[in-house]
Amino acid sequence: MAKIVAGITTSHVPAVGHAVDSGRTQDDYWKPMFAGYEFSKQWVKDNPADVDIIVYNDHASYFGMDIMPTFAMGIAEKYEICDEGYGPRPIPVVEGHPELSTHLAASLILDDFDMTVLNKLDVDHGLTVPMSLMYGQPDKWPTKVIPLPVNVVMNPQPSGERCLSLGKAIREAVANFDGDLKVRIWGTGGMSHQIQGARAGLINEPWDKKFLDDLVNDPETLQYKPHLEYMIEAGSEGVELIMWLIMRGALGEKVDEVYRFYHIPASNTAVGHLILIPQD
Amino acid sequence: MKPNFEQYKDIPGTTIYTIELARKGFQLNEFCMSLRTEANRKRFHADERTYLDEWDMSEEQKQAVLDRDFQRMLDLGGNVYFLSKIFAAEGLSYVQAVSTMTDMTAEEYQAMMLAGGRSPDGWRSKKERGEA
Repeated sequence: MAKIVAGITTSHVPAVGHAVDSGRTQDDYWKPMFAGYEFSKQWVKDNPADVDIIVYNDHASYFGMDIMPTFAMGIAEKYEICDEGYGPRPIPVVEGHPELSTHLAASLILDDFDMTVLNKLDVDHGLTVPMSLMYGQPDKWPTKVIPLPVNVVMNPQPSGERCLSLGKAIREAVANFDGDLKVRIWGTGGMSHQIQGARAGLINEPWDKKFLDDLVNDPETLQYKPHLEYMIEAGSEGVELIMWLIMRGALGEKVDEVYRFYHIPASNTAVGHLILIPQD
Repeated sequence: MKPNFEQYKDIPGTTIYTIELARKGFQLNEFCMSLRTEANRKRFHADERTYLDEWDMSEEQKQAVLDRDFQRMLDLGGNVYFLSKIFAAEGLSYVQAVSTMTDMTAEEYQAMMLAGGRSPDGWRSKKERGEA
């Protein structure tokens, strides 16, 4: 059977992708942030997996407002890289895992999560920047990927409860797959940031750190945090953090924290990163 | 559950992109999406007004794009991820574009971010700030 072996969370700032692609990761500005991912790059090598389910949001790169799915899942064999206004990032195509993803999408729909099914999807920095942070610049990505886009751009976004529950259903669905696969789940986006309006540049370190603690130890309470609080305390774009609850739900009740990193700033954003492993 | 969009209006200096605002800004955001191809970026830059006239946008929306008035575009239903196609096509970073919506220069804004960002203290409520 397939099993979720680890959870990874990380911010997905576009400028981080530019820094990787243009060889500037060792510049004074970027060096401390990339240093925080050195442990993780080694850890994913030492603890390989077959498939990464990556929970992320598209940033008006593939989905416009003509179709805005709340929860969607890619079931394709491969995902091309979006042009986000400056040409596609020079990175390998992302390969899918059609067998596991069709099983997951079907299972989740039967469990009353009305997933939008994507046979075609191009992926943007929300998915590819975390991959660059964890895997560097390989000629071919080391894992197959199942993209799980969530609407966090247009309010109303799905509730925290729904996100945590979706994660729990993913855990169940992965365990029911007939195939011996090691699967990781990633929650991306956040942490505190606001990239619009007179209040732009908002960062809230104490709030972010409490969020990290609660995500690890008390997700059952964290799921009820209202979106209004994310917006006020973590900025209008801080609401992306609800995607981390999907990751957390998929790890079961208790987790061991393998690694934590927090850094301000990357562009307009506070960077948070966790590696968690399920206790059972 | 009945939606409560009013609750977001007390956050100072912030435009929450609701489903209602998305309706208002649909054509503006569609125009932004069209800039995902190099061919369209070239056409837009060659003659902005003519390109904008191909879209069913309000005159106000078109003028806000021509003025690169990002706050005005937000007020008229634009969303920053869509608007990013406009500034990315001109080689501007998020920091450079976003800072234009604040009362700071790009350099001052960058310095604020390096110093730990903007504290939420004093920025939680329009009522608290006497703006409402």
